[in-house]
Amino acid sequence: MLYGKYFSIHLKSQMQYKTSFFLTVAGQFLTSFFAFLSICFLLGRFRQVDGFTFAEILLCFAVVLMAFSLAECFARGFDTFSSVISNGEFDRILVRPRNEIFQVLASRIEFSRIGRLAQAIIVITYAIPASGVSWTFDKIITLIFMLISGCAIFSGLFLIYASFCFFTTEGLEFMNMFTDGGREFGSYPLSIYGEGVLKFFTYVIPTALFQYYPFLYLTGRSGNIIYMFLPLAGILFLVPCYCFWRFGLRHYKSTGS
Amino acid sequence: MKQYLSLFRIRFTNNLQYRAAAYAGVATQFFWGFMELLLYRAFYRSDSANFPMDFAQLSSYIWLQQAFLTLFMVWYLDSEIMQTITNGNIAYELSRPMDLYSMWFIKNISARLSRAFLRCVPVLLFAAFLPKPYSLSLPHDFPAFALFLITSVLALFTVVSFCMLVYISTFYTMSPIGIRVVASSLMEFLSGAIIPLPFLPDGIRRIVDLTPFASMQNLPLRIYSGNIAGAEMVRGILLQIFWLLTMLLIGRLWMKKTLKKVVIQGG
Repeated sequence: MLYGKYFSIHLKSQMQYKTSFFLTVAGQFLTSFFAFLSICFLLGRFRQVDGFTFAEILLCFAVVLMAFSLAECFARGFDTFSSVISNGEFDRILVRPRNEIFQVLASRIEFSRIGRLAQAIIVITYAIPASGVSWTFDKIITLIFMLISGCAIFSGLFLIYASFCFFTTEGLEFMNMFTDGGREFGSYPLSIYGEGVLKFFTYVIPTALFQYYPFLYLTGRSGNIIYMFLPLAGILFLVPCYCFWRFGLRHYKSTGS
Repeated sequence: MKQYLSLFRIRFTNNLQYRAAAYAGVATQFFWGFMELLLYRAFYRSDSANFPMDFAQLSSYIWLQQAFLTLFMVWYLDSEIMQTITNGNIAYELSRPMDLYSMWFIKNISARLSRAFLRCVPVLLFAAFLPKPYSLSLPHDFPAFALFLITSVLALFTVVSFCMLVYISTFYTMSPIGIRVVASSLMEFLSGAIIPLPFLPDGIRRIVDLTPFASMQNLPLRIYSGNIAGAEMVRGILLQIFWLLTMLLIGRLWMKKTLKKVVIQGG
């Protein structure tokens, strides 16, 4: 309800600057378009990577991009959280009778991210028929699980990023490794980076749970039905993220501005 | 001249203050370089015959790119300059007894140098001690190293002279974000920051090679490892000098024309 109100206010306010808005959308689109182009060029040259074909990689790229841009639209409020803390805005949030996370999320909704989302939709509509996957019911469910779980995991990462601000007051650039890096390098199935990287992205940052294992099931490389439900396990990643947020919140000291 | 030198010094030491941010950046750069190498290793494994560079050359390219990221990346546009234009503080800048173009140019150069200065040493050291094909190797030979240094400086100037054009265009658009995102993502791709230019399809690469973007990080980083040598290198350097002079000239003329009819936005 209240989120809907915030939503329409943000929409109206961003629509006041139409040229700037559309240029930003175009820019967002271009940025991910070049990521897409580089995949085209690399796979045009090498044909396949570790047995994955061009169309399969595109499917993987589109799923990750879509999950990321959805998470970004709604959870990017965490991105500017450092300024919310340093200018004292967070004190105001604390005294209001609503959940803090809700308020931070609602304080910033980025519509210009639809540039990236549009890209993801175009690529995924191309890749779904082209990937050679026979789309039975369970495969469709798997794909939906992947998107939901990916969105949750990226949101969790944004939440961790924000929680660090409780301790450092400033955003930490190294978290970009897992958010932007997860998007960039997640365009390819994580196994191609080698065993160690795959393990890291399974057990530490569970990106592979929505991106790699269900993808194996989707492309018929593995018949293991568990892989279909692994994305749901990935959603559990939000639990430690939330705990970390609570932990940070208890340590919060106002900056006094 | 003296005032420009001291301006350079002030900006340089000023930027050296942000050490913690620089060290956090270093960690990101290790990770990024590492993942990129692993990605290319997978392609190399799949089809080494189509690989357009030696793997060791690619490793040097990627590590140098990460180490000197802040020298050559376009998206390090100075948001302060953009703001002075949109909020009207440009009036103060104009009343200083210095040439605006040179002033901004030097400001950019020193900001980039000081950032790179903090970041490059740990990255270079780390990369030098990695196991063989993944490490930063020594330069191809001594002349290659000397030319790497010279073309790096020229490349830095080329990048900044291009950024100047973006700044000047802000006088007309008054909305820095849009143009900034479009210009920087386009340039990043064409300059070989996303994938090294040799990996582009041949037809496209031949065209990109002629643009000013190929004179940026592409040239010095490939000269270092001997990937570009001989006649191709001479052609590349001449082209680089040509583009640098052209963009400096365009920038100066455009700036002059713009300042004649500039409207100060309140403030």
